[in-house]
Amino acid sequence: MSERAPKGASIVFETVGKAFTKPGGGTVSAVDDVSLTVEAGAITGIIGRSGAGKSTLLRMANGLERPTSGKVLVGGQDVGTAQGAALRAIRRDVGMIFQHFNLLASRTVAGNIALPLEVAGVPKPKIKTRVADLIDRVGLTAQADRYPAELSGGQKQRVGIARALATEPKVLLSDEATSALDPNTTQTVLELLKDINRELGLTILLITHEMAVVRDIASHVAVIDNGKIVEAGTTYDVFTAPQHPTTRAFLSGVLGVTLPTFLKDKIQDTRPVGPAEEVVRVTFAGKHATDPMLALLTRDLGLQVNILAGAVEEIGTRPFGNLLVSLDAAKGADARAYLERHGLLTEVLGYVG
Amino acid sequence: MSANLIALLIEATGQTLYMVAISTLLGTMFGLPLGVFLAISQRGELLSAPWVNKVLGLVVNATRSVPFIILVVAIIPFTRAIAGTSIGTTAAIVPLTIAAVPFIARLVENAIREVDSGLIEAARAMGATPFQIIRKVLVPEALPSITLGLTLAVVSLIGYSAMVGAVGGEGLGDLGIRYGYQRFMPDVMAVVVVILIVLVQLVQSIGEWIAARVDKRAPKGRGQ
Repeated sequence: MSERAPKGASIVFETVGKAFTKPGGGTVSAVDDVSLTVEAGAITGIIGRSGAGKSTLLRMANGLERPTSGKVLVGGQDVGTAQGAALRAIRRDVGMIFQHFNLLASRTVAGNIALPLEVAGVPKPKIKTRVADLIDRVGLTAQADRYPAELSGGQKQRVGIARALATEPKVLLSDEATSALDPNTTQTVLELLKDINRELGLTILLITHEMAVVRDIASHVAVIDNGKIVEAGTTYDVFTAPQHPTTRAFLSGVLGVTLPTFLKDKIQDTRPVGPAEEVVRVTFAGKHATDPMLALLTRDLGLQVNILAGAVEEIGTRPFGNLLVSLDAAKGADARAYLERHGLLTEVLGYVG
Repeated sequence: MSANLIALLIEATGQTLYMVAISTLLGTMFGLPLGVFLAISQRGELLSAPWVNKVLGLVVNATRSVPFIILVVAIIPFTRAIAGTSIGTTAAIVPLTIAAVPFIARLVENAIREVDSGLIEAARAMGATPFQIIRKVLVPEALPSITLGLTLAVVSLIGYSAMVGAVGGEGLGDLGIRYGYQRFMPDVMAVVVVILIVLVQLVQSIGEWIAARVDKRAPKGRGQ
């Protein structure tokens, strides 16, 4: 373990497919022609609805599932075809945490964390010091001799994380690790994952159905729908300029900028005849995120702008704002051109007569 | 009751305990691995071998279908080959063990199958070998259920051991038949029954106590 590089390993999916045979014959495709590179040392989120194939994709990264086509490489090693001892060796380099923690009820906190080390054949004295370090790192020193049944959900997941880190893996896979936790606990667990990523430099690949999780810790995101990756990129780019409807659907829940209901009922796709208001989503990204753009719009174009909803968020340390406004439809095109010129993104959501 | 009879009762209790203890021990030695294998060799499990599983399952069922008193007589040649004789208390351990193995195997199989498949997955993700998964995950996690299962097996074996008088095995059951029934000594019969009741109660209590001690799961049915 001494020659281990401090950095995490990359995960590469090369035109990966996974088809399951149905009991009555025929096949179901869970993952379809997925090509995705998970950068070494980054935190990457795969987001998708349940049944979208995200879990299958994740489990191919440690050989719990085998691809039926394509290749899965972790740190350059082919996981998809590795067998026996070779596969077990790769798995020791890939930690995994689970939605339901999957801790042994028969073992204490310390015993659970020791398990992967015992499995790897680490000598007992070394296990003891390593386990003590890990317990300290996840802040469970007082609970070392407790059994999982005596712990809260957040504490259980901390044990899960410590256990996953025991063999000093290069990659950590997270299978909906915070989905069974309350919002506060989710935050503390995400903070812990972030710290680990920063301090140990290991790659984290997580799957979730919550965009908030992606926003809070992932630097990269891939959106999976129906077994296919429909959008992928840096979290910032995907959040500020989502391309695919599925991505937008996920984002609408997390951005806090949905249309007020009184407008939702009235809004129409085509511009009505006569005076009308245009409803526009304005996304402020990067250095313009905090510019007083609407004031400028009013000053330079003499426009009245109604603010319907809005929020400024941070992804990593980069702020971005999202604003829903309505303005005179006759001047809509001018206004949008003006905003675009100043580096903002606009999207017409509809018209109100 | 004469001192002679009391000595007989004490001796018979010892013989019963001896037969039950040894057959439980041997039954567990063979039944535990067999049960584990039955659990993990099912289709899609850790060591998927559906055909071997089916054949073993049939053998286990066949053995369990044979009434114990018939089993005792039917395997006399086998008993003689193993124990050197087909009569006596020690020889009786052979049929008791043969009856115990499939019984314990099924109990262990059920206990192992109750273990959350997520734990097996977690162990596989750690790079554990199937044997490590059995030894470090499946058996320890199933231990509370296995303990209760073994308690049940011991209680059944105490009952079975009463029938081995048919091949010259001694013990409480044999004493009850020979003295209580054939010599019309209802007081002996009564004492035998009381001792058996006390034995079963003791075994059950000890088994439950051990099971509770090894069970670290959250208490059931209390809002967990």
